[in-house]
Amino acid sequence: MVIAVASGKGGTGKTTIAVNLALTLERDMPVQLLDCDVEEPNAHLFLHPLLDVSEKVALPVPVIDQSKCNGCGRCSEICAFNAIIAIGTHVMVFPELCHGCGGCSRFCPVSAISEEPREIGVVESGRAGQIEFVQGRVNVGNPLAPPVVRAVKSKIDARQVKVVIIDAPPGTSCPVVASLKDSDFCVLVTEPTPFGLNDLVLAIDVVKELDIPFGVVINRSGLGNKDLLTYCRREKVPVLLEIPFDRRYAACYARGGRLVEEFPELKEAFWGLWRRIRALATTGQTEFRGPS
Amino acid sequence: MRELLVISGKGGTGKTSLVGGFAVLAENKILTDCDVDAADLHLLLKPTVRETREFYGSKKAVLDHERCTGCGVCVQACRFGAINMGKGRGNTKVQIDPISCEGCAVCSHACPWGAIAMKDNLSGYWFISDTPYGPLVHARLGVAEENSGKLVTRVRREARSIAEDQGLDYIITDGPPGIGCPVISSISGVDLALIVTEPTVAGTHDMERILELARHFDTKTMVCINKYDLDEGKAEEIERYCRDEGIQVAGKIPFDEEVVNALARGLPAVAPADNGFNQREGKASKAIRELWMKVSSYLK
Repeated sequence: MVIAVASGKGGTGKTTIAVNLALTLERDMPVQLLDCDVEEPNAHLFLHPLLDVSEKVALPVPVIDQSKCNGCGRCSEICAFNAIIAIGTHVMVFPELCHGCGGCSRFCPVSAISEEPREIGVVESGRAGQIEFVQGRVNVGNPLAPPVVRAVKSKIDARQVKVVIIDAPPGTSCPVVASLKDSDFCVLVTEPTPFGLNDLVLAIDVVKELDIPFGVVINRSGLGNKDLLTYCRREKVPVLLEIPFDRRYAACYARGGRLVEEFPELKEAFWGLWRRIRALATTGQTEFRGPS
Repeated sequence: MRELLVISGKGGTGKTSLVGGFAVLAENKILTDCDVDAADLHLLLKPTVRETREFYGSKKAVLDHERCTGCGVCVQACRFGAINMGKGRGNTKVQIDPISCEGCAVCSHACPWGAIAMKDNLSGYWFISDTPYGPLVHARLGVAEENSGKLVTRVRREARSIAEDQGLDYIITDGPPGIGCPVISSISGVDLALIVTEPTVAGTHDMERILELARHFDTKTMVCINKYDLDEGKAEEIERYCRDEGIQVAGKIPFDEEVVNALARGLPAVAPADNGFNQREGKASKAIRELWMKVSSYLK
């Protein structure tokens, strides 16, 4: 089962939920954790994985053979991203704008364009305790995160692993969609503030568009106001777990600690979260009864 | 006219709360929200929308089933896995997934039957609004859409033109999280990027990545440590790091439930001057005021 942990708003506790859920389950079943927040991956700060494999993620970008190019300008007509521009007989390539679609080389009438890989990021994998860990990192200055996300997700090992947990980036645009796509369930983490509610509603639109069953975790409950709970009740959005605001939890997070190892009440709470996810994802029922 | 961008790398460090405070404190400015896929600044500034404009990002491939023969050339041509052969036969087989479509148009050029057209795609809206604190340019990217960078560029262009027309002194921008495409579009050409961090392992890690991005684009930076007293040791580490890197820590804001309470009421964390703030101003509000003094004196 692939469980994505997402949120519209940043800083609501996606990584906290993803990491602590993985730590809760690791002794009882094979777990894989994928950090798909490739712009700012943070799960490693809590899990300290031993990363023994590192693979480059590259996009194929065009290289012009000037001896063959006749300056017809077809490539720059084809390119939808302004990554290749013909000025007179001179053709210029802007690799950082290239999406790697291959259009220019495919349609060049004189076969003057070949492709070479351009590194845009890296995928690292290894283990943290029993957890199989994979993370992506987009190179600083490179705008294109989704190909790195897809490279991380290509490491999903559905046959060996029972639970795959995806730590998604914040927001609602393409890197989020790339992270969430094809998940079996999505946990949306939010907080009881107007920002948290506003961005939760946007995130719910995304998971509905992608047709993924979902539920909500309310972090720092007790702060802010009641509008979030009222919304969830009215819209019949399942609230999977509420984690109260507690300075001790905040301090544990700040230094990179693990909530479920320091606070037994939270370990219990994360087991409850897992049971509810499993019930909602597999049967569609809202309550699961029986042993874990 | 000077442009200030507030960014953080990590989400949820307090960018929008700070910009809300600056909205109260700064004079003669325009505000922009460049977090176009999860915009929140409007929740504090209560804008009255004056103009709504449509935003067309990239085009999307649309199949004409009448012309399609199901030959599958497009399926091979698409590198984004957006075109698949479904279960149907002949011209009903081919399916294009608009969410995966990158808008590159390779399929449309490759199709021997002219069955794929590239259609304009309404990807969102952007707005020019009035707020009690001055004009605001903001946007709403459609659900699961691409091209957030282009929309950011659109918002910034509009804000600049308004600022020039009205002779405004500042453009103050609430930036997106991360270091990707919308952040890169937000940072180019600003006079100062104020980086909001928090004293956590994640806050520190993400601040280092966003500082690297700012260096890459040769942007002047200052750092603000929000909720610094949640872990004073970590806050000191951040200060040390900034000192070593030659970056000014322009402010340290204490954790103050008043900020959350104000937010819960939909108000900026800083009370307007005519509200008797000096009598009972909270500690965070005071720190934001001092921060704005430092930032604005740099921008002058």
